[in-house]
Amino acid sequence: MRSFGTPEFIFILEAARWTLALSLLAFAGGSALGLCVALARCAESRLLQGVAKVFIQLFQGTPLLLQLFLIFFGAPILGLDINPWVAAGAALTLNSAAFLGEIWRGCIQAVPRGQWEAAQALSLSYVSRMRDVVLPQAWRIAVPPTVGYSVQIIKGTSLAAIIGFTEITRAGQIVNNATFQPLLVFGVVALVYFILCWPLSLLAARLERRLAPALR
Amino acid sequence: MFCGLGFTGGVFLNYSFQFGDVLAAWPLLLKGSWITVRLSLSAMLLGSLLAVFGAWGKTAGPRPLRFLIQAYIELIRNTPFLVQLFFFFFALPAVGLRWSATTAALVAMVVNLGAYATEIVRAGIEAVPHGQIEAGLALNLKRWEIFRFVILKPALKAIYPALCSQFILLMLSSAVVSVISADDLTSVAANLQSQTFRSFEVYIVVAAIYLALSLAFSALFKLIYHWGLDYPDRR
Repeated sequence: MRSFGTPEFIFILEAARWTLALSLLAFAGGSALGLCVALARCAESRLLQGVAKVFIQLFQGTPLLLQLFLIFFGAPILGLDINPWVAAGAALTLNSAAFLGEIWRGCIQAVPRGQWEAAQALSLSYVSRMRDVVLPQAWRIAVPPTVGYSVQIIKGTSLAAIIGFTEITRAGQIVNNATFQPLLVFGVVALVYFILCWPLSLLAARLERRLAPALR
Repeated sequence: MFCGLGFTGGVFLNYSFQFGDVLAAWPLLLKGSWITVRLSLSAMLLGSLLAVFGAWGKTAGPRPLRFLIQAYIELIRNTPFLVQLFFFFFALPAVGLRWSATTAALVAMVVNLGAYATEIVRAGIEAVPHGQIEAGLALNLKRWEIFRFVILKPALKAIYPALCSQFILLMLSSAVVSVISADDLTSVAANLQSQTFRSFEVYIVVAAIYLALSLAFSALFKLIYHWGLDYPDRR
């Protein structure tokens, strides 16, 4: 039987790049789609508001694991060829879009109403009103919770292990099956996640503290 | 080869949805839902209890205790629930602690919720103005009376929305415990899909049940708010 040594440790560490790649993909995709969701939630059109609301409710009201399963098992039905990598990326993107969209909606709505009205009084177009007036101010308050949410994304990528994508958690399972040293293996796995997530958590808390007096 | 085509469906229209087998298994789904609800409710109760003690220790405890509680919070909040679950289910039995999958799942959920809720409850306790506590002391209330009437209830009211959304997140993340086959709703789904081969239909139905559960939980939390916390306060 193998025991837990340097090669096993390296194997888990190497799997961390897949966790990072998946997190980055989900964060980029989730941000792009999330901005659309947030803008739709704040739009004047009732239809857009409704669509965004249903989207958020669906993805915040069901488990991420089920969303992952639905995409993984549902895509072949639509005739799409899918592998765990794409399924995990898609599920995490949609899920983070719902959460980031809801976070950013709050930030957009926190921009004082007078700013919107002033922009409208200057007869700025929608794009210019958003790009030059509202979003830059919303952005300032959005940064700390967004950094905080990125920790949730990294942790969420662990679920990709369940559909067989070899990131940190799956690598841990593989090593554990070979070495039968669960305490050590899952301790190391937890530690790798901790090293990835903790700095981001600290950064989010620091940004939030720095912003707090400005909001009073 | 042609059978294969029938299953995978080259285009969308080739697939015919069949919910019959899945819906016929409603007693199993109901049982799974009940286990998920029971597991979540127990974890909410025990996790909140843990959080009240944790928050008390973090605000009033000695320095080493405060450090320990902080370490616990950071450790849990910066690692995935799935890894925590593996730790409780695989790692702890390896050092002699034997328990069933369901117990391991419950313990993992309580420990996970405890960390998040400790921070929430602490924020609530710190939000109670100090003058109120001094007023309580001036009225000669006992320490527990101050904690119970002056601190706990207004603190609970202040943190209630945050606590409730954490509860619902916990219920949803409990789907993960199916991985150690703790026979909750999602593991019922996994069994069903291996029997009926209707994985997409199974997961649609089960996702809808989770959606209904989270709506039901938030309705319940709203009701509790109206019963016990909906009093006017001075701001």
